[in-house]
Amino acid sequence: MLYTVIKKNLYQDSVSLMLLTNHLSSINGVNQIQVMMGTPANKDIFKGSGLYTDELEEANPSDLCIVVNTEDEGTVDQVVEETDNYLSNQSQESQQSSIPVVRTWEMAENKLPTADVALISIAGEHAPAEANKALDRGLNVFMFSDNVSFEDELQLKQRAQEKGLIVMGPDCGTGILDGVPMAFANVVEKGNIGIVGASGTGIQEVSTIIGRNGGGVSQAIGTGGRDLSSEIGAITTIRGLRVLDQDPETDVITYISKPPAPEVREKVAEVFNTLSKPVVAIFMGDKPKEAHGNVHYTWTLEDTALKALELAKKSTTIDFAANEDLAKMKENNKQRYIKGYFCGGTLAHEAAMIVEDAFNLEGETEHTDGMMLHYEGHEVIDLGDDAYTEGRAHPMIDPTLRVEKVKEAAKDPETAVILLDNVIGYGAHEDMAGVFAPVVQEARETAAKDGRAFVAIASVTGTADDPQVYQDQVDKLEAAGVIVTESNAQATKLAVEVVNYLNGEQSTSTSITQNSKADENDKVAELIASKPRVINVGMKSFAEAILEHGGEVVQYQWAPIAGGNKRLAKILEKLK
Amino acid sequence: MKYQSIQEANEAVIQQVLESQPFLLDVVPAKSVIPELNGKVLMHAGPPIKWGNMTDPMQGSCIGATLFEGWADNEDDAKKMLEAGDIKFIPCHSVDAVGPMGGITSANMPVVVVENKVNGKQAYCNLNEGIGAVLRFGAYNSEVINRLKWIKDVLGPALSKALKQIDGGMNVNVLVAKAITMGDEFHQRNIAASALFLKDIVPYLLTADLPEKELQEVTKFLADTDQFFLNIMMATAKVTMDSAATIEEGSIVTALSRNGYEFGIKVSGLGDQWFTAPVNTPDGLYFSGYSAEDANPDMGDSAITETYGVGGMAMIAAPGVTRFVGTGGFNDAIQTSDEMREICIANNPNLSIPTWDFQGACLGIDIRKVVETGITPVINTGIAHKTAGIGQIGAGTVRVPLGCFEKALEALAEKYGVEAD
Repeated sequence: MLYTVIKKNLYQDSVSLMLLTNHLSSINGVNQIQVMMGTPANKDIFKGSGLYTDELEEANPSDLCIVVNTEDEGTVDQVVEETDNYLSNQSQESQQSSIPVVRTWEMAENKLPTADVALISIAGEHAPAEANKALDRGLNVFMFSDNVSFEDELQLKQRAQEKGLIVMGPDCGTGILDGVPMAFANVVEKGNIGIVGASGTGIQEVSTIIGRNGGGVSQAIGTGGRDLSSEIGAITTIRGLRVLDQDPETDVITYISKPPAPEVREKVAEVFNTLSKPVVAIFMGDKPKEAHGNVHYTWTLEDTALKALELAKKSTTIDFAANEDLAKMKENNKQRYIKGYFCGGTLAHEAAMIVEDAFNLEGETEHTDGMMLHYEGHEVIDLGDDAYTEGRAHPMIDPTLRVEKVKEAAKDPETAVILLDNVIGYGAHEDMAGVFAPVVQEARETAAKDGRAFVAIASVTGTADDPQVYQDQVDKLEAAGVIVTESNAQATKLAVEVVNYLNGEQSTSTSITQNSKADENDKVAELIASKPRVINVGMKSFAEAILEHGGEVVQYQWAPIAGGNKRLAKILEKLK
Repeated sequence: MKYQSIQEANEAVIQQVLESQPFLLDVVPAKSVIPELNGKVLMHAGPPIKWGNMTDPMQGSCIGATLFEGWADNEDDAKKMLEAGDIKFIPCHSVDAVGPMGGITSANMPVVVVENKVNGKQAYCNLNEGIGAVLRFGAYNSEVINRLKWIKDVLGPALSKALKQIDGGMNVNVLVAKAITMGDEFHQRNIAASALFLKDIVPYLLTADLPEKELQEVTKFLADTDQFFLNIMMATAKVTMDSAATIEEGSIVTALSRNGYEFGIKVSGLGDQWFTAPVNTPDGLYFSGYSAEDANPDMGDSAITETYGVGGMAMIAAPGVTRFVGTGGFNDAIQTSDEMREICIANNPNLSIPTWDFQGACLGIDIRKVVETGITPVINTGIAHKTAGIGQIGAGTVRVPLGCFEKALEALAEKYGVEAD
């Protein structure tokens, strides 16, 4: 039976109503249904489909007309209800992916004119041709694809080198560019360890151990497994090492390799020697060689990660050349001594040990009155020694004595570095940094009046959960111009570096620029200097990961030219 | 070739499009501008086709036109004449014309005359009959024939009188540029352009010295016919693409058309030759009670709008019809237009689309890009019932078959002496 519902003055366009009609057709019990505006032409359509009723006669073009053929009158109510729901909720669910999809290089460039790398993951048979197109466009190439011939790999890498670009891969399983995971990469915190690697899982193992142990990765550059063959000659490896050496965010370079061709190994080792940054290298399967200079060799991937972490933690440095205080101090050749005042006995001991070792001093064995080291102007004193705690509280609680010592040291024209510890936690002074910050500040001002300066270095022993809160203490000291390092050992080593610098010896942590002039064409440096802007040729999931981590990406929905028809492809190649 | 490369030739081709200045000059009986129509001749949509290969709606249109011309006075006789080959067929495209759906046009039907002022070329298209039971969908009952007669006797002459009062004719580019910013894509949706046309023509209709009844009928018909401008757009696109074809070089598509049996394309460097492949059947939304099973295969010259870069190519210009693209919305329309841009060589700055960040509509479909990517142009279209006389049963989109482009590419390779073996 036909039922008619007319909704007066409810205009909807015909597309909406056709969609609505389709929607309503699926209601149980509806044999046939039509929803249209009551125009004369539409009334004819009602007639044509056998759904015309007398009620339609009255309908105007601005009336919404529903005619339903059903056995059950109850269905009509349901139809009306569904109609109301539908009309009041028409906005489409947004299906827009924020990744633009393109089908040609031309449009890819159009959508992302600033692209700097192509991530290629299509079948190896087609990958070299597309990689060449990327190089044509001045793009670096990250080639996930495998089954690429030696000849193609060499051609691509040489071409990239000529153009100041890099080809990572082929068969490059993983990479991290400025914190953005490429292909099969783990989400590792951004940090100061750079990786160049010929092995995808090797990079993953090392980068994740670094991440789990609180470190971070600046860049991970995959080279492809065959880069160290004699045919390829480590083109990408060398380019990668050099670019990391220039990368301001990389402090330590980690190198992960499969067993290389012997002559190529030599070549790479020579490159290590020219780098200004420490290198941790593993040649899988080779027994680690003796460390030389800045280069450390490891045996397992874990060792590699841990060694890199250790080196990377020496993170607090001074820009010696640019430091005005140091320049002033350098002029005064008497001002070459470290004054260390500690409340922690073992910390004092450790500091003394490091200073002795650095300057080849005779060890102080007596430690009379907490004097852990006293050599010429150097002194390291444990103020927690019984000699200082008679009649007063331990210096962890009562800072008075240390404050006096700091003030004296600041007046002493021999003092180059004042070295302090700050042990916090339950029972300790509630705000040791708050006490010392103004003292150091004032001492610096006093020294400045005398035309002098000194360096204050400290470490804080404590955690974020301690009542004083680790970072608050660090912040207060830093605000007063104190350099705060990760550990007591680092603080002491830095103090030694300062003295070495003042004595004219080159510090090991300063940037040595020997043989590392910026490459003539630095498109690779540009690539790693900011989040990558990627044309993703192939697997879509890679694009999503890039986008999620702040990279820009265009998805190139690649298909073989002319659907793989070789004859047509050939015509297209020639028909220009 | 006088151009250095195909690329350069193609640029010359689209330059013709960009420079063209189409004006709507007049509405005249078809036979007055198309001499081929003298005698028992019918024009049809698409590449050449025999009676036996025509689908039912196109055959129905032929019967209707035979009755309209008075070559027969009943359906049976008309059918016999057509079957016997007494009536000749000629593609609209072969005589500077285009026709929607069946495209059946006969001597006494009025056509719009659009001229490109740059080179004096003209193109023609019949007048839109409105919706419902209409000749172009194969209906030929007395209501249809009577309407055709009214169009011939009243509407055509009235429009002619009005247009002749406009010095130099009506500037179509201006109207189109306005309407694309008002949500028309000129194939599925012409409501803005039709309204603008009405707005522009009414003052002249009022001064055309028409009997009051005719004036009322004409203005009412124009006001009711949302797709009236489609046929003007088609003639405009035709004259523009024919102008582009005068370059006679390059790989740009200059015609897309279908006759219900075959889809045919023409290419700037390949002259008047059609490159054909079997047509597809449209995907779309159907009026209640109809489904894809009832749909006639794709037909009509109206895909000349896509050739020009509007219609499905400019899907994003018409948010009102975007949901014809699958069941998606606005974002699907953007994707469609973005995809179409991949196979074109430029954007048309005269047709800036607000919803596409003011990019111009796609311009210059390059058959090389089509074959390379496998992306074929998308056509917005009405869907006819496969039985004559029932008329439109839905609307949707259809793709041009890839085979047309592959054949054309082979021909182009031969022309330019490119060997693939």
